[in-house]
Amino acid sequence: MLEIGIGHYLTVAAILFTLGIFGIFLNRKNVIIILMSVELILLAVNINLVSFSVFLQDLTGQIFAMLVLTVAAAEGAIGLAIIVVYFRNRGTIAVEDINLMKG
Amino acid sequence: MIAAIAFYCFAAVAIASAVMVISARNPVHSVLFLILTFFNAAGLFVLIGAEFIAMILIVVYVGAVAVLFLFVVMMLDIRFAELREGFMQYLPVGGLIGLILLVELIMVGGSWALSPAVEKARAFPAPPVDQMTNTHAIGQILYTDYIYLFQGAGLVLLVAMIGAIVLTLRTRDGVKKQKIAQQVARRPEDTVELHDVQTGSGV
Repeated sequence: MLEIGIGHYLTVAAILFTLGIFGIFLNRKNVIIILMSVELILLAVNINLVSFSVFLQDLTGQIFAMLVLTVAAAEGAIGLAIIVVYFRNRGTIAVEDINLMKG
Repeated sequence: MIAAIAFYCFAAVAIASAVMVISARNPVHSVLFLILTFFNAAGLFVLIGAEFIAMILIVVYVGAVAVLFLFVVMMLDIRFAELREGFMQYLPVGGLIGLILLVELIMVGGSWALSPAVEKARAFPAPPVDQMTNTHAIGQILYTDYIYLFQGAGLVLLVAMIGAIVLTLRTRDGVKKQKIAQQVARRPEDTVELHDVQTGSGV
């Protein structure tokens, strides 16, 4: 219990990942919370990468975690920009109202 | 002993605030709990010895992404109570899927084992802490062996920046703007007219 190993870190990451997935299902109407849940999922992935990197003593995992961080930042920026534009045009961001491309 | 206590504190706060992120009534609180989650994840990274990623996590997530979220949540005039209506309705199916996923992850986590070949497969062995800091070691491989990936990450960020600007920029009609070039180019002879006015007759 007192010796912290890789299993502890993987458990935390697994719980965070599950919470992210759970958040997507729970807040099906609110795009902003869905984006936050995606950030949680990416954080869980980063914890996995970094803990394997440290416990296997290979730095590549930390480099990869930085790349994941970059993509997460880009995804957040673009996603929020799309939300702002959509809200400006339609006055709502409820997920079920987003059906312009349904035909 | 202290490390174990710190680990459990950071992990507990991170998970509790992640729960609050997805269940808070007010999205502003959600964003603030997201920031707390990231801080505690950074604490976990510091504990494990990955200081550089921890600091980058705070700078990038708390400094940029979370502030962006906060900005958007506060800027858009949305009635969030309406968006929460189906919350209880989605709870069972979401809980079921989350539970199945967690069981799967636990089964994977309980059964994996490291291959003995992994020792030899290391691409870049981490140097001992007393010889080189984590930041130094990352810098030594990031700017040499992974330079193309580093540049590619920069390009991704550039494209994201341009995309966000292009998406949200709009030119409005009827806005009066100062045109400095026009002002500077104006000459007295274009605009000032001199009239000889007879005394007592007016213009």
